[in-house]
Amino acid sequence: MPEVTYLEALRDGLAEELARDERVFVLGEDVGDYGGAFKVTEGFVKRFGAERVIDTPIAETAIVGAAAGAAHMGLRPVCEMQFIDFISCAYSILTNYVATARYRAGLPTPIVVRGPAGGYVRGGPFHSQNPEAAFLHTPGLKIVAPATARDAKGLIKAAIRDDDPVLYFEHKYLYRRIKENLSADEEILTPIGRARVAREGRDLTILTWSATLWKSLDAAEQLEREDGLAVEVIDLRTLLPLDDEAIMAAVKRTNRVLIVHEDTRTGGVAGEITARINEHAFEWLDAPVKRVCAHDVPLPYAPTLEDFVLPQTGDIVKACRWLAAY
Amino acid sequence: MGSERPIPAGLSRAQLHELYYLMRLTRSLEEKLVNLYRQTKVIGGLFRSLGQEADAVGTAFALDRSKGDILSPLIRNLGSMLVQGATPLEVLRQYMAKAESPTRGRELNIHFNDLGRGFIGQISHLGDMVPVMAGITLSFRMRREPRVGLVYVGDGAMSTGAFHEGMNFAAVQRLPLVVIAENNGYAYSTPMDKQTAVKFLVEKAAGYGVPGEQADGNDVLAVYQVTRKAVDRARAGGGVTLIELLTYRRKGHAEHDNQSYVPDGELEAWAAKDPLDRYVRQLTQEAWAEPAELTAIDERVHQELDTAVAACEHEPLPDPASALDGVLAAPPRAELEWYRSLDA
Repeated sequence: MPEVTYLEALRDGLAEELARDERVFVLGEDVGDYGGAFKVTEGFVKRFGAERVIDTPIAETAIVGAAAGAAHMGLRPVCEMQFIDFISCAYSILTNYVATARYRAGLPTPIVVRGPAGGYVRGGPFHSQNPEAAFLHTPGLKIVAPATARDAKGLIKAAIRDDDPVLYFEHKYLYRRIKENLSADEEILTPIGRARVAREGRDLTILTWSATLWKSLDAAEQLEREDGLAVEVIDLRTLLPLDDEAIMAAVKRTNRVLIVHEDTRTGGVAGEITARINEHAFEWLDAPVKRVCAHDVPLPYAPTLEDFVLPQTGDIVKACRWLAAY
Repeated sequence: MGSERPIPAGLSRAQLHELYYLMRLTRSLEEKLVNLYRQTKVIGGLFRSLGQEADAVGTAFALDRSKGDILSPLIRNLGSMLVQGATPLEVLRQYMAKAESPTRGRELNIHFNDLGRGFIGQISHLGDMVPVMAGITLSFRMRREPRVGLVYVGDGAMSTGAFHEGMNFAAVQRLPLVVIAENNGYAYSTPMDKQTAVKFLVEKAAGYGVPGEQADGNDVLAVYQVTRKAVDRARAGGGVTLIELLTYRRKGHAEHDNQSYVPDGELEAWAAKDPLDRYVRQLTQEAWAEPAELTAIDERVHQELDTAVAACEHEPLPDPASALDGVLAAPPRAELEWYRSLDA
């Protein structure tokens, strides 16, 4: 089986859907002959034609709005935000127009809006964001965030086939760092709304997604080595709708929960997960639900500052030890 | 009929009468709604297009419904939806938030759509429908369908970023889209000269590299002709046209608005240019319609509206629990179980 990177898996997933379904097309800034800022759509114009790989002006509202219109007519557009930080430029049309279209007007809007999210790359405040919490509060959207090459492929394919708008947040730190053996013959489809147990363990559970999955796995290894703790790690993969079933099952298994996310703490997704655990499984807890998140500041550029602000393996280890001792 | 003059723009006598019917239907439907509003049967605000009926009807009439053309109205384009086949019954149910309304009580007034009949309702965020219509017309082109889209904006909507982005994208892509810029003097209370530094909205066409046209929005035949030319150009692959229609909003933003900001004499001056009165004069002077024919149309309109009001006035509002469904194609499993557990 060929070893493919996270980015290649994403590209392969997109290409498979473009080849499978003529309704699928891609639009975004520099996605055409240039192949996209990170080369996700490299070679697509040659393979699928410029009519299905559309270079747009620098205009996120136009990208999302035009995708919505085309989707109403039965097409399956995939929008690229050059960096996911720019999705905020389309916030109004996404939350007001796209997310409400099915409910208020019965208009299916099967679009995918994807783009590179996340830090750990010295990108500074406008090329490092994690915008999931800004959209978690909007009924009518789905949000996925793959951590593995397999899910990068499986989730883009599932997102394109989904009948509702899906925000697909890929992590640029993982693009070329994560490699996996994936058979080109296997049709990989990751179900939206389902979490995955990434590591089994009986003592406590870490709920996480995207780049911090790998930091959580590192922390779990260290805790097993140094403390003899068996830490379960769950990769949520889909943030909207959350997989309540998997979350509650984990609470009932280990009774101690740490939520790790790269986005800032206040108003972050961890708060919502904590509230749900409180509502559905409070009596199963042996300790308060804890969070490891970014500090509440815009993400700074300098390596010393970025490393301090973003969650690190050591922070996760420390929080797990606190939980285990509670 | 020795004095009958040739009818312009290739229209037939029957089509001229159809235009009159649609303009009259628009106005009378809104007048019915005013009565219902005063009886508090209209739940939300009421938006009038008094004085702009020629603009909404004449533009939409230039589309070809048999070819599947689609338009996206703004709040003063009720007439355009009636042209495309929206019914007074649907509009009444929308305003009264009835369970049987096209949006099942979820959306207001003329915010509803039927792509099959060729109209897609606006949302309240002005400008958004321009990129959406760019996408709809992009789908026409990708599928090699000879269809045209038409989208309305006004002196207010053209100030938004969404308008600019959608307009620019449609222009670059040479999409089969006609953009109607209604210059009706006011966006809510804000007059045109506080909205934009250009004297006429059509001047903006040059900035997008598209042809611009201007016409008297209160002259339904002029509106039809200028739009028809742009529709034909779009269908032939000639791309976007921006058309400015000069008209006037004779009522407030909505029924509650007392128009205190309007200078003295302005309303009266525009009342004298009423598009329906003007069209009636034209039809009779040119001998394109007998007064009795117009009276018969008026009677037909009133009968249709009375029937529609009687049909829905006492209908129920939607069942409260129906609010929960339809956010997504398939509801999230866990959410449904959570709601059910609350009932248990």
